[in-house]
Amino acid sequence: MTKVLCRGGALSRGTHVPEDKELDLMRNVGNIALHARKLSRGRWLSTQAGSTVTQAASSPTPPAPPPSPPPEKTHFGNLKDEDRIFTNLYGKHDPFLKGALARGDWHRTKDLVLKGPDWIINEMKKSGLRGRGGAGFPSGLKWSFMPKVSDGRPSYLVVNADESEPGTCKDREIMRHDPHKLVEGCLIAGVAMRARAAYIYIRGEYVNERKNLEKAVKEAYEAGYIGNNACGSGHDFDVHVHFGAGAYICGEETALLESLEGKQGKPRLKPPFPANTGLYGCPSTVTNVETVAVSPTILRRGPEWFASFGRKNNSGTKLFCISGHVNTPCTVEEEMSIPLRELIERHAGGVRGGWDNLLAIIPGGSSVPLIPKNVCDDILMDFDALKAAQTGLGTAAVIVMDKSTDVVDAIARLSYFYKHESCGQCTPCREGTGWLWMMMERMKAGKAVLEEIDMLWELTKQIEGHTICALGDAAAWPVQGLIRHFRPEMERRIRERAAMELEVPAEATG
Amino acid sequence: MGCSRRIISHLKARPFNSSLSSIRDESFLCQWYSRSSIASASGHRHHHGHNQPHEAQRPSNAGFSPKTASFFSFRPSARWIATEPAANHASTSTSAVNNAVLEIINPNDCIEVFVDGHSVKIPKGMTVFQACEAAGVDIPRFCYHPRLSIAGNCRMCLVEVEKTPKPVASCAMPAMPGMKIKTDTPMVLKAREGVMEFLLANHPLDCPICDQGGECDLQDQSMAFGSDRGRFIETKRTVLDKNLGPLVKTVMTRCIQCTRCVRFASEIAGIQDLGVLGRGGSEEIGTYVERAMASELSGNVIDICPVGALTSKPFAFTARSWELKSTESIDVSDAVGANITINSRGPEVMRILPRLSEEVNEEWLSDKARFCYDGLKRQRLSEPMIRNAKGRLEPASWYDALKAVASVIAKSSPDQMAGIAGKVADAESMMALKDLLNKLGCENLRCEGDGLRPTADIRSDYLMNTTIYGLEKADVCLLIGTQLRNEAPLVNTRLRKAVRNNGAKVASIGPAVDLTYKHTHLGTGPETLMQVAEGQHPFFSVLAKAKNPVVIVGAGIFERADREAVMAAVQKIVEKATVVKEDWNGFNVLLLNASHAAGLDLGLVPGVGVSTNWKESVKFLYLLGADDTPLNDIPEDTFVVYQGHHGDHSVYRANVILPGATYTEKEGTYANTEGRVQQTLPAVPIIGDARDDWKILRAVSEVAKVKLPYDTISALRARMLAISPNLFRVDELEPSSRWVPDSKPAAPGKVDASPFKSTIENFYMTNSICRASKIMAQCTAAFSGSKG
Repeated sequence: MTKVLCRGGALSRGTHVPEDKELDLMRNVGNIALHARKLSRGRWLSTQAGSTVTQAASSPTPPAPPPSPPPEKTHFGNLKDEDRIFTNLYGKHDPFLKGALARGDWHRTKDLVLKGPDWIINEMKKSGLRGRGGAGFPSGLKWSFMPKVSDGRPSYLVVNADESEPGTCKDREIMRHDPHKLVEGCLIAGVAMRARAAYIYIRGEYVNERKNLEKAVKEAYEAGYIGNNACGSGHDFDVHVHFGAGAYICGEETALLESLEGKQGKPRLKPPFPANTGLYGCPSTVTNVETVAVSPTILRRGPEWFASFGRKNNSGTKLFCISGHVNTPCTVEEEMSIPLRELIERHAGGVRGGWDNLLAIIPGGSSVPLIPKNVCDDILMDFDALKAAQTGLGTAAVIVMDKSTDVVDAIARLSYFYKHESCGQCTPCREGTGWLWMMMERMKAGKAVLEEIDMLWELTKQIEGHTICALGDAAAWPVQGLIRHFRPEMERRIRERAAMELEVPAEATG
Repeated sequence: MGCSRRIISHLKARPFNSSLSSIRDESFLCQWYSRSSIASASGHRHHHGHNQPHEAQRPSNAGFSPKTASFFSFRPSARWIATEPAANHASTSTSAVNNAVLEIINPNDCIEVFVDGHSVKIPKGMTVFQACEAAGVDIPRFCYHPRLSIAGNCRMCLVEVEKTPKPVASCAMPAMPGMKIKTDTPMVLKAREGVMEFLLANHPLDCPICDQGGECDLQDQSMAFGSDRGRFIETKRTVLDKNLGPLVKTVMTRCIQCTRCVRFASEIAGIQDLGVLGRGGSEEIGTYVERAMASELSGNVIDICPVGALTSKPFAFTARSWELKSTESIDVSDAVGANITINSRGPEVMRILPRLSEEVNEEWLSDKARFCYDGLKRQRLSEPMIRNAKGRLEPASWYDALKAVASVIAKSSPDQMAGIAGKVADAESMMALKDLLNKLGCENLRCEGDGLRPTADIRSDYLMNTTIYGLEKADVCLLIGTQLRNEAPLVNTRLRKAVRNNGAKVASIGPAVDLTYKHTHLGTGPETLMQVAEGQHPFFSVLAKAKNPVVIVGAGIFERADREAVMAAVQKIVEKATVVKEDWNGFNVLLLNASHAAGLDLGLVPGVGVSTNWKESVKFLYLLGADDTPLNDIPEDTFVVYQGHHGDHSVYRANVILPGATYTEKEGTYANTEGRVQQTLPAVPIIGDARDDWKILRAVSEVAKVKLPYDTISALRARMLAISPNLFRVDELEPSSRWVPDSKPAAPGKVDASPFKSTIENFYMTNSICRASKIMAQCTAAFSGSKG
């Protein structure tokens, strides 16, 4: 008995290193390198790294002392190039298979797949990745909601590429410049969810992005990475690309499912949640492009690596889209929890006219409340910090407004957007968004009475939380942010208008 | 009624995913809401702080407090159906709270939830909404309808559930064990008020000119749950009205997009005409390409519309709902016997509404039954008439008319007499007709549409034995020679339900028609039927394997010359495929006429000696409202007495006209196609010099010196009891005896190869009342050719 055991042990240690172990070791080395900050290569994950790992594994390693907990990070940002996940974000290189392979995509994906769903989900949980679509729900947890044992229905992964949130342009960069990251992510996430196929619902307006993505999918099929026996792993996995017709609401997960099924894109009631009854009545999970696209890299480099960025519970790197009154608007991958000011000054060339010319920033796409300059000064860009500032990270679409902005008009325009994009299914949103817009139009010109600001606030509260989906909330929040931070400005307009109206007849009579 | 909000009607709990979910009577709800808004006009605001005083105001006959779980009666194996729909309906308005009854099919499947702190036991699978209903707490709603799928879009039913941050839409949220539901917290009140404000924001304030006024959910609920003033000063939305045909009037600006009509059309009526167009504030209900709503059930959208967006076109601006007298009655336009409420003002029937009856019509009504009422005012026979020597009909006195009839009776020999009961004849007058002719020695009696050789030997041979409600359980159905959708739209709705809920397979032999659901058309004639009967057709094995197989034979078969042969083939199918089992009788005959089942129960069939070509020798023909019997083949000198209410086909041949009463004017007993006995009640007085039909026959008998032995309707009914006891038990269904295979040697003759014909060419024109109706004529014009 003991003999057998010994032999087995000897075998596994001496003569043969199982592939999965190798992967772990690869990662350990990677982490060490990471902490030591020694590795200066642009991309550390290469075949050479693999070979050094094998050597390290074969030498008898002394039991490693328990690693001392790394000192708590206090400053975030300035992501090193080697820590970037999206290394072709700007399209400098070949977006397709050849370039993708050079960037490390599809590298030993089979091994990741063969690790199995539980391992993948566990790693995702450890990485602390939170959904990149806006709500920030922990991804590993979300993926784990999918049924472990099928009741006869297939499971589906649905990738939400209907990126329509004003200000947001991160998914399109992924899809047009690094589509293989998404396709590979689909396979990984799909395996984790025990899904049979992935449906990528891409925004109708993204024509070039769709073409690149479709090409990438085709390449992946041809290379055997997806399709039957994907990557030689024994799993069958299909990826379908479907394009929408340009409705904002179709970015809502259940509306997306409806639209994908060929119906009007109107959100469904929850429960039942998509993980139970989703696409075509089958268990489905809808995830954002970025969430899916980062998952293979997280698995390769290890959850600890990913978790080492950002504050606790807000870990990872993130694509930030900076637009508005900045000198160089851009989409950039940065560490979570980077100070907002640093983000803008380092990557977007600073606010037009200098930081002091800043009026307000919408930090997470049009649906989160804006924050004025004094809050922007020292706010960190992560889920929890922004939530504490009564706004949200959303899609991390930073919309910068300098002092030349008519902030009431800006928010009124957003109200118009939500009025236009409301699906009309449920009452508070259908009636409320239009009402908000009409009131905002009056507020813009000061054609209101002071009490109506309170009424406007009340209306937003009547919409918020009473609707089927989150579009009602999204319509209410910008207006709430405006009232919260710019009430004096609104009051000023009303007073001035009232004064003007008093003056005119006086002139006429006089 | 001070305890307004907790009042609940006869609640029956059903799992919410079943489309049968509960049997709330919407009209009752309306009544109740309006009452509550009047009774506690100022009370609502501080209602929630004042629960105790309200408790104290409960009627003293409360018996037990509804705040305890014991207020439900648990009946483990009870059927969920109300046994006395009429009684229920009437009683709810008085002491509803304490009558809240939750019948639970399986007590082991119960969960406990808490509504406002009070424990309630409800079956698994119910929604929070239904749990609140079960607890006697009424939740305002617009989009929720117990017979339709859940939309959850009006957001009026928001309640608070402990441990959830946001209010939840109770109609769409499944109740979980131990859930703590709160319906009167400030959060809930605020949410309701907010939703109500949004609903009213774009709703026109045209209640004074709105036909829904007085029975409008929005009006009532805004009184109960809304704010006392509006804040919307922006421009209101307007929507172009749609033309949905001659029946449904639209004022789409009033629409609150609850989508009940859309769901009704696609789920119950089975037409895909209605849909939601546009999005956001410009969302509209419409047909996209403007067209009439081509459904025989379209009128029901008027009832389910919670606001005045869809109202009745014929009823428009004719009356206010509170001026109308309601009479609970029975529809006679087909053999379904739908329960109706006749709304009348003075001597005029203003409109007809469906009345809740789970077993017959649920809460739906066919357009013919709902809108034929204007036919009651046209073409009426208001005084007796006698055809003079010149061949013209002349008004006469009752005495003269009866005398004329009696004189011919005296001259005619019994074997030259005949009597035919028409489509809408009531059982009482048919009884009197039978007795009259029998007393004269005549055996030649028949019901219209019964063919050449009618038979009434075995009751299960002419009834819908599965019952209308029972059709819901069917899993395979074979339709033989019937256009279910035209012949009995509400039976079709049940079968559609079976198709939707249990995926029942339906196949038809006969004219190809659109039944509104998926079915296989096997063939058009007896040939296919014979194949199935011989077991050669693949469908036979499907039928034979079914758990609850159903065969429905249309009464059109009765009129065929090869009736016996066809019925023998059907019988063969029934036997070979074991359609009739120990606990399941799947053999059905679908009758066409309201009078038919009662007529057969009473034995209105020719006696043994009557030949099939009786028409050639008939000298005295008594037509009891029979307008659909061809009279061109009777001899010139036949004396035809027409007793009826409309100047329709037969009047042109009649020698004497005896004006009778319509179903809205008399108390009459009818048995529907499943044998359910129901009674009409007079809603309006009989017009002119017309009389109750049985009284006319009684008078004829007296003048003809064969006096019938009854002077009152109860005496007549006692006579009916002797002939057919089931007709005495109103609102009951006397189950037919178990179907037995005919042991007689089959000598049915040969089957004719001609295909089964359509029995109803035009759904809107089937009896004398419809034919006199202008609305039905408009429908014919609008929809002719649009339906099979």
